[in-house]
Amino acid sequence: MKKSVILGTLTVAALSAGTAGAQTLSDVQERGTLNCGVNTGLVGFAAPDANGNWEGFDVAVCRAVAAAVLEDPQAVEFVSLTGKTRFTALASGEVDILSRNTTWTFTRDVDLKFEFAGINYYDGQGFIVPKELGVSSAKELSGATVCVQTGTTTELNLSDYFRKNNMDYEPVPIETNSEAQQQYLAGACDAYTTDASGLAATRAAFEAPGDHVILPEIISKEPLGPLVRHGDDEWEDVVRWTINALIAAEEYGITSANIDELKQGTDSPEINRILGSADNLGEMLGLDADWAYRAIKANGNYGEIFAKNIGESTPIGLSRGLNAQWTDGGLMYAPPFR
Amino acid sequence: MLLNDTRYRSYTFQFIALVCVAALFAWLGSNLAANLAAAGIGISYEFLGQSSNYDINQTLIEYSSQSTHLRASIVGLLNTLLVSILACITATIIGVFAGVLRLSNNWLVSKLMATYVEMFRNVPVLIWIIIIFTIMTAVAPAPSAFRGDDPDASMILGMFAFTNRGVYVPKPLLEPTGWVVLGIFAASVVSMIAYRRFATRKLYDEGKLLPTLWPSLAILFVPAVLAFYALGRPIGLEIPELGGFNFSGGITLLGSLIALWFALAIYTGAFIAENVRAGILSVSRGQTEAAAALGLRPRRIMNLVILPQALRVIVPPLISHYLNITKNSSLAIAVGYMDLTGTLGGITLNQTGRAIEAILLLMLFYLAISLAISALMNVYNSAVRLKER
Amino acid sequence: MSDMHEHSVAYVRDTMIDQQPAPETQGGVVNWMRANLFSSLSNGILTILAVYVLWKVLSGVAPWLLNGIWTAPSLSACREILQGATGGCFSVLTERWNQLLFGFQYPSDLYWRPTLAFVLLFVAIAPVLFYKVFPARMLIFTAIYPFLAYWLIWGGSLLVPVTAAAGLVAGYLVYSRLVTMSFAAGFFGGIAAASLVWYLAGLVPFGGVLALEPVDSRNMGGFMLNLILGTVCVSLSIPFGIALALGRQSSMPIIKWICVIFIEFIRGVPLITLLFVASVVLAYFLPPGTTFDLILRVIIMITMFASAYIAEVIRGGLAALPKGQYEAADSLGLDYPQAMRLIILPQALKISIPGIVNVAVGLFKDTTLVSVISMFDLIGMIRGPILASTEWNGVYWELLGFAALLFFVTCYGISQYSQWLERQLNTDRR
Repeated sequence: MKKSVILGTLTVAALSAGTAGAQTLSDVQERGTLNCGVNTGLVGFAAPDANGNWEGFDVAVCRAVAAAVLEDPQAVEFVSLTGKTRFTALASGEVDILSRNTTWTFTRDVDLKFEFAGINYYDGQGFIVPKELGVSSAKELSGATVCVQTGTTTELNLSDYFRKNNMDYEPVPIETNSEAQQQYLAGACDAYTTDASGLAATRAAFEAPGDHVILPEIISKEPLGPLVRHGDDEWEDVVRWTINALIAAEEYGITSANIDELKQGTDSPEINRILGSADNLGEMLGLDADWAYRAIKANGNYGEIFAKNIGESTPIGLSRGLNAQWTDGGLMYAPPFR
Repeated sequence: MLLNDTRYRSYTFQFIALVCVAALFAWLGSNLAANLAAAGIGISYEFLGQSSNYDINQTLIEYSSQSTHLRASIVGLLNTLLVSILACITATIIGVFAGVLRLSNNWLVSKLMATYVEMFRNVPVLIWIIIIFTIMTAVAPAPSAFRGDDPDASMILGMFAFTNRGVYVPKPLLEPTGWVVLGIFAASVVSMIAYRRFATRKLYDEGKLLPTLWPSLAILFVPAVLAFYALGRPIGLEIPELGGFNFSGGITLLGSLIALWFALAIYTGAFIAENVRAGILSVSRGQTEAAAALGLRPRRIMNLVILPQALRVIVPPLISHYLNITKNSSLAIAVGYMDLTGTLGGITLNQTGRAIEAILLLMLFYLAISLAISALMNVYNSAVRLKER
Repeated sequence: MSDMHEHSVAYVRDTMIDQQPAPETQGGVVNWMRANLFSSLSNGILTILAVYVLWKVLSGVAPWLLNGIWTAPSLSACREILQGATGGCFSVLTERWNQLLFGFQYPSDLYWRPTLAFVLLFVAIAPVLFYKVFPARMLIFTAIYPFLAYWLIWGGSLLVPVTAAAGLVAGYLVYSRLVTMSFAAGFFGGIAAASLVWYLAGLVPFGGVLALEPVDSRNMGGFMLNLILGTVCVSLSIPFGIALALGRQSSMPIIKWICVIFIEFIRGVPLITLLFVASVVLAYFLPPGTTFDLILRVIIMITMFASAYIAEVIRGGLAALPKGQYEAADSLGLDYPQAMRLIILPQALKISIPGIVNVAVGLFKDTTLVSVISMFDLIGMIRGPILASTEWNGVYWELLGFAALLFFVTCYGISQYSQWLERQLNTDRR
């Protein structure tokens, strides 16, 4: 008899565990925490540190949204998801936002019914090989054994690339990045392929990063961004404009250092609108006037987030490249705040 | 009340049960419909006909990335069956040896076997799979170690290469006339069996003991070897060679296949050993003594008296171990072996996002395999039982 | 005595001679070896082979174990200390033991809670496992234990488990009141009373009454997760297993077929597909807006899995009972629930205990499969965060050996208990 008690308790606990409907914004505010789906561990993008705190580029997006919506960048529950579980976790409402280096593709947007709330990283797929192999171009990889993470667009691009160039290869499918890394280091495959940013992040975790080279070929377009469920436009707007606020903040020179000063009012009407000292844009989103101020304050602007987590001064050492502001020749271009 | 009337009580209960089950399914179904409608997606199996766009590293049938998802699933199914069959055979051999040796009167050997059985039975099969896979990938040399004038590793017998990507073994090459040799060999096998039958009948009918060992060996090999040389060695071996990144030529046994195969075989072998032991112990000691009194030698006692009787006890649990092997082969996903779970339940599911459809199909495939195995083995089981009576 | 014999017998020994050693040819190490190791040529060859294998294994493992390094901060530091000598780098265990046992997200200052719950587990199951040794009164603690353990591990207000228990107690009281009328009335009355209590309790806000710091179930990990899944699912699956077994034995065709289809379906598919259902599909079958914790969904699926297997074991126990027992129950005029409760099940369950323990061991081993659906149990921790970290990339044997050892100790212990119990039960029946 006592056994069914546990079930009863669990059922009660579970039914009170939380709900997620079309009204994600009010649900999140009611719950007081934001459920954010992230990678199971990719240094620089989303990985728990030694104390179990999540940090990284994708994590910063979640923290900014939480700061905007809940006034507390720490009010985030991180749910680590694999390539297989990420879409159902979002579709079923287990997470409110999926910020897990996910490529924006037609079928994911249209067929799987998700909405990409913007692009926070322009990526492309590349290869990493040990230096001693003496390979300098992906075109020389014919006949190689290639480790590839399953459940991503990566394996499709890989198949297309080798087919297009009339080369043979042997795929070794692997579930998670950390296992792929172990296999690659053990020499079970000649090359490892994933998004170039992921390669840099993976290489940074190696004992001897200098023994491995990232090949120059980028074989695909991988615009990465956070996703929300289709059909909840208010929530999508919140996420989209939080990201735009981070990008715009860099463009207008709002940093976490000078934001309090700028908040007092500036000569620039655009900055005033973003920071809520003129025109209450936040109210239109269903938030308060300070939403963007808090989002930027949480981790700094886009450039600061980039520099802190994956920039050139970090072990990952990615240059801005396509991800520079449009004024610097990159693709980061936030629509106007007005 | 209907519940108190014994005539109708069982009908009432059944009716209530049926209504409950129907209600449960209706509830689940309506939830599903509501969730799907909210997400704006439907149930559709069209993805099975679309091209899969991914490659598989071990294909028993023709397959390319342009083939359909359905074909990818079938490739996975065949890979599942391949590793299951290999593991079943190996596990049976290991299990019978370990079980018999555990009863050996050699103290050291029986203790060793007991250690083997307890060690493997009490540690999860997933750990064994990972351990053997780690041996394959982390301990075995990379193909590049075979390169150079003074390589760190070399091929065994010049034919077998153990690398961390798999084992490369020679592949038999058949010229058209090679089939003749094979045909002659098959005929030799048949005539050898016929000869042994003839010898046995001779022994029973006339009491004449014909020699069997040397004549049957001669029948088996002499014609085939003669034909082999007469036709100018039509059967050759394609020996794997190191070229480019990997060995090429020969047959490749992927590291993941080997890890899964051996882990399943050794793990299940430990269970089978226990069954075999229990089966042998279930044959009463009087049987052994009676056979010994008849003057049978120990090996013949085992073969003619004990094992046939023990089989009745051994076979039913054996069936469930075979089923377990098939089901445990789905752990392939831990080592990246592209079985049914890896293709249909893995990449196809991930790429199409059709989770409900893919997992339902996956379960049905496994269910079909399980039911087929139990049906086959039940037939065998009843045959064994009939002989007993 | 000596008087009598003095006359009739010439010589009587009045002290015992000390026992003599066996003749040279029958005793001694050499003879034992001859009998047990070299009784024939083939046996001799086998022995030499076995000694060779043992030597190989020991000579490989012993230096690795004895030279082990226990205090290095990383693998490279380990290798530096070893200077190329063979030796294990066990410092990964001393550095990361907390992650291996509790996962990387359980707050480290709260480790005492699951540890206490684990220790109390032994107190709780002792009266069940050794019912002859411990007084039956200790079963009260066993009944309280699940609630206590829930409170200790998950934290939160004490009122949550207390109300859960209160509902159960209310249900049981109503049941024992009504069961004299009819079993069905008692059963459904009990369920209704329990649900009523839970519903009413749901209206009361549980502030922070005796609250421990709550820990989310997604923060559970390591060996603790394996233990939680194992114990919860096994104990939950026993009542379901009994119900399924009785259903399958039932003479009512519809109920029988429902049970048969359920059992055969579950037994026909691998656990991993059920875990996929839990992680990927189950959410679609719940009412829109509800979400379950992954751990809870996994518990549901593993419980379903285990109950199908336990049902088959109990069915075996039911079939092994002599038909006379059923007939005796009938002739006493007991109805079906009474006959089952008072006569059949106590005996059938007793016979099935070794089988149930075997299923439990198997299930406990299978909890490692959750690492495949990205839960960080012991194996998940090893393959994920620990092996991927810069410090410990490449430390396979120490970690896998540790995991194997933990499972071996637990499972071997349980199976030794089951064998002991089997012997006990055997003597009982004779």
